[in-house]
Parts: sequence; C-alpha cells; structure tokens
Amino acid sequence: MSIELINIWYIVAAALFIFGLKQLGSPATAVRGNLLSSVGMFIAVVVTLFNQEILSFQWIIVAAVVGAIIGAVAAQKVAMTSMPEMVALFNGSGGIASLLVGWAALYNVGNTTFTDITILLSIVIGGVTFTGSILAWGKLSEVMVSRAVVFGAQRIFNAALLIALIVCSVLFCMDPAVDSPYLYAVIGLAFLFGVMAVLPIGGADMPVVISLLNSYSGLAACAAGFAINNNILIVAGSMVGAAGIILTNIMCKAMNRSLANVLFSGFGAVKQATKVEGEVKPINTEDAFLILEAAQSVTFVPGYGMAVAQAQHVVRELGELLEGNGAEVTYAIHPVAGRMPGHMNVLLAEANVPYDQLIEMDDINPRIDNIDVAVVIGANDVVNPAARNDENSPIYGMPIINVDHARTVFVLKRSMASGFSGVDNPLFFGENTRMLFGDAKESISSVVAEFKG
Amino acid sequence: MEAVLLGLVLMLSIFLGFELISKVPATLHTPLMSGANAISGITIVGALISAGAELQPLATILGAVAVMFATINVVGGYLVTNRMLSMFKKKDSDQSGGQA
Repeated sequence: MSIELINIWYIVAAALFIFGLKQLGSPATAVRGNLLSSVGMFIAVVVTLFNQEILSFQWIIVAAVVGAIIGAVAAQKVAMTSMPEMVALFNGSGGIASLLVGWAALYNVGNTTFTDITILLSIVIGGVTFTGSILAWGKLSEVMVSRAVVFGAQRIFNAALLIALIVCSVLFCMDPAVDSPYLYAVIGLAFLFGVMAVLPIGGADMPVVISLLNSYSGLAACAAGFAINNNILIVAGSMVGAAGIILTNIMCKAMNRSLANVLFSGFGAVKQATKVEGEVKPINTEDAFLILEAAQSVTFVPGYGMAVAQAQHVVRELGELLEGNGAEVTYAIHPVAGRMPGHMNVLLAEANVPYDQLIEMDDINPRIDNIDVAVVIGANDVVNPAARNDENSPIYGMPIINVDHARTVFVLKRSMASGFSGVDNPLFFGENTRMLFGDAKESISSVVAEFKG
Repeated sequence: MEAVLLGLVLMLSIFLGFELISKVPATLHTPLMSGANAISGITIVGALISAGAELQPLATILGAVAVMFATINVVGGYLVTNRMLSMFKKKDSDQSGGQA
C-alpha cells in the first residue's frame, strides 16, 4: 500500500477516535463509542502492517500476541475497586512504548534537528510517564506507603535533577547518536524524575496524578508521532493529552487547589486546623433501621472507604429495600471521591445501581436540606464542614457535599481516626449526626437484615 | 513546512480534545479515562514500523518490546473500558439483561 493510501486510512481512524470520544460522553452511547474507537485503532494497526518499510513480521507477531494476552487477561481479572491501579499500569505501558519508539527512531537515517528534539521529547515524556505510573500503582495498591513522601532537600534535589535533565538533553541534541552516553543519561534521569514527581503526592490526591499521567501518555505518543513523522500519532496523542489536562483541571477545582499546589506540596503540611471538641452520638443498627424506615428521602454518600470495605453490593441492596419502602433513594458523588475520577460511579454501576440515581455534587447540594437521611459511607474529607467554616483547615475552600444540612446524617466509620488527609471532621460532632461504628459492609448488612426480618 | 503543518494538526487536535471531553459527565470519568488511555496506545503504529523495518538488530528489539507494551495498553484499555461501560444501566433496562 502506498504511503498516501495509508494516510487516508489514518484519517478514517482519526475520525473514528473523534466520534468514539464524543459518544463516550453519554452513558447511553458510551459502549458504542468505545467500540468505534477500537475499530479506529484496528484500522490504524492493520494498514500500518501494509507499510512497505515493514520487511519482517516474526517479531511483530510474537510481541503482539504476548501483549494482547497480558492485556486481555489483566482487563478481565481486575476488580473494579482496583481500577485506578489498572489504569496506572496501562498508562505506564503506553509511556514506555513511546519511549522505545522514540529511541528506535534514532536508527532512522537523515533525521533533522527538529526530529531529534521530538525524539528526545518522546523519550523524556515516555520515561516520566512510565516510572511515574509505576510509582502511582505502588501507592494505590499500597505496595509502598501511599502518603506523601517529603524530605528536606527535596525541592533542591528536584531542581538539580531538572537542570541535569535539560543539560543532558541539549548535549544529546547537539550530537545525536545511538551510542551517545547522553542518551542513556537522559533515559535514566527521566525515569528518576518520574519517581520524584509522584513521590511527594499523597493518596488522596491520586485522582489528579492519574489524570495527569494519562495526559502525559498521550503527549508521549504525540511526541513519538513527530519523531517518526506520523499524523495519526500526533492527532490521537494530542487529543488524549488534552483530555487528561481537562480531567486534571476538573479534579483540582473539586479540591480547590492549584495544580502546582498538588504537585509540589505534601498535603496539609502548613496549617494546623482548629481542634474539634465535642461528643459523638453513636447509634446501633436497630435505631438506624427505625430512622431509615421512616425516611422519605435517603441519599448515600460513598467514599474510598466503601471500596475498601467492598460494601457497594449491600449498599445497593439497602437502597432497593428503601425504595420498596417508598423512599426516594439517590447516591451523591463528590468529583474526587475514590482514587480516580468517577471511581465511585463505576463501583456502584458494578453493583447494578442505575446511573440515573447517581447525582453529582452540584445537583444534590441545592436540595440537601430536604433529604431526610444522608448516609456517609467511608467518605470523610469530601463531607467535612470545616472546608466551609474553618479558615485554618487545610481543606478550607474545597467544595463539599453539605451532608450536615440534611435532617439526619449517619456516618459509617470503623473508628474515630481522622481521614486520609489527617484532618479532624466537625461533622462527627454535629447535632444531627449519628455515628454507626464498625465495618461498613457489616453495619449495612445488619440494617438490611432488620428490613427483611 | 512539514513541521508547520504537523504543528497545525497538533493545535487543532488539542482544541478538539478539549471540546470533546469538557462535556462528559462526572459519572463517566473513569471509563473516559481508560478509553482515552487506550487511544494513547496509538504509539503501537510507530512501534510496528520500528519492529519490522530491519534497520539494526537493536532497533528491531526496541520496536518489538514497544509493540508488546503498546499492545497491552491498547487491548487491555479497550477491554477494560468495555467491561466498565457495560455495567452502566438505566433504571428501566435492569431486567432487559446485558452481560453479567
């Protein structure tokens, strides 16, 4: 196939990506959108195989079969609670692939300086994406400590690292060769930089990091596209890059923090929140059942704790029982609940909660005064009224779901430890708050049993 | 000139990406992200060319490893997105089935 014809097919593939992404915008068409996008990818791969530069296929076949098996098995096996880890790993493999494509492009003859710069960019961005994603995976799966790791000379060290990376990059571009020592230096420094970039970011900020790494993996592909002069890589890569930036921005807004603040400061290191004093009012499952039975409207507010306790299925069961009892049931979801954007929605969808019951923060807050019972399950910072009232709180200014305005609030909690960010929560001491201590799944199960019994 | 044209393509694609994504509701952010992630596996196209071009043994090896990683990204990304999306159901269609 001639290069012209291949390029025409690439346009078709790009169009399919665009329609696919567009249809991902609504739950009703999203499955088809993903299918369209995968057809686009299939077309792009197949026509590439007709490229006359490709002379041998044995390595391609072996590598593709191995990759496809690993990818397919991983996609089938992964639990929905572990989705952030999975996406991080997929991100990482995209990043390393772009690095390798850039590296291999050095063997092409007659590269211009512009090409060499883009090769370098694909190596650097790909490398940062790779190790950054691996580290994010480590933090999310708790293979390593998930809190922010901060040490004294961190900023100085990172600045030095960045300067070294830039110097080596310039030296490499001045004399680009496959065996240049600066090439290896750049790869090593990019790897190190990826690690250092994710290290100071705490577990609660992971939605931002995942979105940002997603963006990087797109940009790496885009740079690789410049390196090998290929349009489809540029188009698809930059669309993904833009998509990741938007999600990053949405996540930052939902936490009322700037991207720079998320990236460079360990959470809550500066201010000491006003100490909260008061008495908590515990409640047992029988009383909780009686209140829920009398409620006309109930909203569940899930957080990462629901994922940890694997409570989503019993929550849905309780929701159905309440509906059967005549109550209006909704699920209010904060944009940064969980460890990646939209994480809670996927878990509840897995438990068969219809998506029209999933309500966004901005839609629930105006009518939360009329909600009889708000049930907070494993969420903490995203319902902390200190974000509204206490100017000294590290999360002051972050938009929250105002559960404390509901008529009654149940908080399901293992114990009185503070949340992920280590911030005290005045909600627990509220006049209308009742604490239901214990494992979320067991507590909800006993309430369900009361309903049935 | 070539670089300028590619730059134009880049700019338009970024704007298109912004337009397409900013309308997606929060409910779908996770599948959107993994779907976009699968698209970023487009780097497989470059990997295929490197792996098959027989430039030098090392370039072939780099390309082949890239093909493997990019395939993980593409196949895994699309399958897991599909798995997630097929769980999203509207209230009335609960009984109508769909994959488990």
